[in-house]
Amino acid sequence: MKTTVTTRDVGDVKIVELHGKITIGAGDLQMREAIHTAVSAGATKLLIDMKDVTTIDSSGVGELVGCYTTATHKGAKLKLVNLPPKISDVLTVTQLITVFDVFTNEKDALASF
Amino acid sequence: MLWLSSRYENLELGQAVLEYVCRVRGIENDAEHWIGVALREALANAIKHGNRQDPSRRVMLTLGGSTDDLEIVVGDEGEGFETAAVADPLAPENQMKTSGRGIFYMKTFMDDVTFSRGARGGTILTMRKHLGGDQKKGVQAR
Repeated sequence: MKTTVTTRDVGDVKIVELHGKITIGAGDLQMREAIHTAVSAGATKLLIDMKDVTTIDSSGVGELVGCYTTATHKGAKLKLVNLPPKISDVLTVTQLITVFDVFTNEKDALASF
Repeated sequence: MLWLSSRYENLELGQAVLEYVCRVRGIENDAEHWIGVALREALANAIKHGNRQDPSRRVMLTLGGSTDDLEIVVGDEGEGFETAAVADPLAPENQMKTSGRGIFYMKTFMDDVTFSRGARGGTILTMRKHLGGDQKKGVQAR
């Protein structure tokens, strides 16, 4: 699956949907660009939908951490939704799962902002 | 043995070779997934930190082992590095760093991971996954 990043708005929440691999040289920089663009445009509520992420590596995880830090420093909130089990496992073993607000469905995630 | 130029696109080639080997050897999907994550980390490490993304430097890949295990060897043509100098990504002061988790993932998803110096320089990484009995050994079993 080719890596793509799409965005949509639900109310004042910017939803960033990731599709495919979030890995070095592939989706990692696309994700960073999408988040930085949204934050620079003034978005303060960001939700990354990972439903269609097939693989994430240490570079992708690093970019996710970088996006979280960037958003937080700009006063924005960044949360995650729809993590496939294997993606959740990758965040769990490095204990990053406790850093992010993670939701199992979009409705609950949107209500949390 | 496969020789790859130091380009990230070649991670896909390495992954494809792994998928073929797993299919031939009957390694089930879950195990293949975690071995694949470790392999991609190993190749990315060799390309980025070993060969400094110099396409004229090559990355060596072999997949072998016995009936009970899968052995992956990745070598680069770089200057070598000290694994002891790699920071613990679980330490609180490192938790929000944007890099430094690759070796940790390899050690988490494989059973044995060792580093050595190549005869002509560079780093040789050897990873082994035991296949006897419980191939599902991945994150859940740790």
